[in-house]
Amino acid sequence: MSEIVPPEVRPKPVVPAKPSHVAPHSSGPFVPSPQGTGGEGRGSALLGYIGIDTIIEQMRKKTMKTGFDFNIMVVGQSGLGKSTLVNTLFKSQVSRRTTSWSRDEKIPKTVEIKSVSHVIEEGGVKMKLTVIDTPGFGDQINNENCWEPISKYINEQYEKFLKEEVNIARKKRIPDTRVHCCLYFISPTGHSLRQLDIEFMKHLSRVVNIIPVIAKSDTLTLDEKTEFKQRVRKELEACGIECYPQKEFDEDMEDKSDNDKIREAMPFAVVGSDKEYQVNGKRVLGRKTAWGVVEVENPNHCEFSLLRDFMIRSHLQDLKEVTHNIHYETYRAKRLNDNGASGGNRKNTD
Amino acid sequence: MKNLEGYVGFANLPNQVYRKSVKRGFEFTLMVVGESGLGKSTLINSLFLTDLYSKDYPGPSQRIKKTVQVEQSKVLIKEGGVQLTLTIVDTPGFGDAVDNSNCWQPVINYIDSKFEDFLNAESRVNRRQMPDNRVHCCLYFIAPSGHGLKPLDIEFMKRLHDKVNVIPLIAKADTLTPEECQLFKKQIMKEIQEHKIKIYEFPDTEDDEDSKLIRKIKEKMPLAVVGSNVVIEVNGRKVRGRQYPWGVAEVENGEHCDFTVLRNMLIRTHMQDLKDVTNNVHYENYRSKKLAAVTCNGVDATKNKGQLTKSPLAQMEEERREHVMKMKKMETEMEQVFEMKVKEKKQKLKDSEAELERRHEQMKKNLEAQYKELEEKRHQFEEEKANWETQQRILEQQKLDASKTMEKNKKKGKIF
Repeated sequence: MSEIVPPEVRPKPVVPAKPSHVAPHSSGPFVPSPQGTGGEGRGSALLGYIGIDTIIEQMRKKTMKTGFDFNIMVVGQSGLGKSTLVNTLFKSQVSRRTTSWSRDEKIPKTVEIKSVSHVIEEGGVKMKLTVIDTPGFGDQINNENCWEPISKYINEQYEKFLKEEVNIARKKRIPDTRVHCCLYFISPTGHSLRQLDIEFMKHLSRVVNIIPVIAKSDTLTLDEKTEFKQRVRKELEACGIECYPQKEFDEDMEDKSDNDKIREAMPFAVVGSDKEYQVNGKRVLGRKTAWGVVEVENPNHCEFSLLRDFMIRSHLQDLKEVTHNIHYETYRAKRLNDNGASGGNRKNTD
Repeated sequence: MKNLEGYVGFANLPNQVYRKSVKRGFEFTLMVVGESGLGKSTLINSLFLTDLYSKDYPGPSQRIKKTVQVEQSKVLIKEGGVQLTLTIVDTPGFGDAVDNSNCWQPVINYIDSKFEDFLNAESRVNRRQMPDNRVHCCLYFIAPSGHGLKPLDIEFMKRLHDKVNVIPLIAKADTLTPEECQLFKKQIMKEIQEHKIKIYEFPDTEDDEDSKLIRKIKEKMPLAVVGSNVVIEVNGRKVRGRQYPWGVAEVENGEHCDFTVLRNMLIRTHMQDLKDVTNNVHYENYRSKKLAAVTCNGVDATKNKGQLTKSPLAQMEEERREHVMKMKKMETEMEQVFEMKVKEKKQKLKDSEAELERRHEQMKKNLEAQYKELEEKRHQFEEEKANWETQQRILEQQKLDASKTMEKNKKKGKIF
């Protein structure tokens, strides 16, 4: 066994003969510790350092080289600040906002699907971010079935991926256009969910990860906010709508407690802005009104930072995994069942 | 104008009118329309400083509604000896469903029914107690999207602008920054002009001060309002407003929102004008349409009308034309009916003829069959007869032979 010298020298603890206790935050045999507290072997006692834990580093290097895709869809009535929020989330002008007040961009008669891709880079990691916008959703007088174009689009992406997968000669890295996350914008009425919101989420919560957010939440005072959130949560529960993170996919206690905390705080009440103002000597992103400046990243003002941390800093990979392992698999199983017994449809495409 | 040489005293007339009106009290009906959650109930409470909707009697929007309802609540408020019967008409459920087609119909029906009540009350013999329940003003709440009017807003206002005074408001205006608010207002006014929506226009006055005020109000249309009943302390003052972590949005601060403008305009300066416009314009419109449909002649058309109706002569001409057209139509219809009847009768006759023919044929056939039968029978009979005759002849012959032989025998016998 050749020893692979790890790039950083980590203190190697004395290997315990038998694991006498389990650490409070983990229950598995492995601890994939991101902090690098040293690879402790549980289960089977290791007699020396092998270097299995360096796989994390290898994965990191690989990911940095290949980069990864992330597709986010924003759904909501026009004027709820969708584009602004996406710009704020990714701190760049990724979404084309209707900054030009010319009415050339009229409200479309049917729901359109518009997707814009950008490649953003941070710390050597490249991410191809695709923002899928749905102008025209919920804006008409009669909004029956306005979720259908969206549902069709999502299924089309799954279909594309499936076709690539069942190819005989398939590409090494299938381009992933599936929607990983759908941000649904709730109008801050302060009363309850609208009929349209419930219908949409009912139809789509089984197909894609939905994260509901309360848009333009600087309309609500703190009391109104808590009341509204409670009511929304109750309504979602009553209708049986499971938003991301879904309870059924919690893998272990750690996940469950983390996700429970998040579920308690959902839906996030957010404010978006891409303008900066001076507050107390600091430059902050915010909205300046006659009675004060709403700071976007101040957790006392709104929950934007919570949403960002949740979506990007901790659950980004999980969003992709749930989409791939669960939603996509459901779609695939259904499709292959419908196609008959021939599970592997060897099609000659391309 | 004649200048008087002494003091006559009719300058006191306004005071007399004033005293009479105060005794009678005033009535005002205000309608609020908009999607749920836009702060209509809160604004009403703020405008009239009463808890029309409170915790014990929550506003209609707190209850979930499946279809558009029209609800009215009356309250009697007194101030300075003047009595006001205020009726608030609320429209919960408006614009809340997935399919909102025709959600304005209940509203239109309500307004028309109030006009009809007033028309009937006016035409009665005893007109002393004539309550004025007509809708004097409709506040339409626009959601603060910041982009422009929604298709629903445009449809609603287009259908109601000639039935009631429509005043569009931007609800929950504390969502918008001052720049966004300006742009939004401009956008809305542009769209209102594009779609030729007639919102309530402030009348021009000759008074300089007033016209300055009116011009200022016109620039601010549509008014961006914020409502609140909660009193908060700001810098030692008690103000009504909304408490946010980043500041307090004051309701009565002119720089924060246009609430005071709305209140002054609606209550302090233009309430009477709203009632007048409702009476002279919208009500007369309704009345002329209703009466023209009932009577064919243009006599009623010569009565005094508001500016929006046609001249009586033109109306008479139109009615005559309509009448002539109706006559012509009836004539053609009758001709058509006549022809149809004739055709029917002919058809019937043909049918019965054919029927008769058929029967005749059949009877003939029957007769022939019987004839044939009879022929056969006769033939048989003849055959039998012939047989019988031959038989008879044979018998005869035999008899003859027999008699002959007997004779012979007899002869022979005799010989013996």
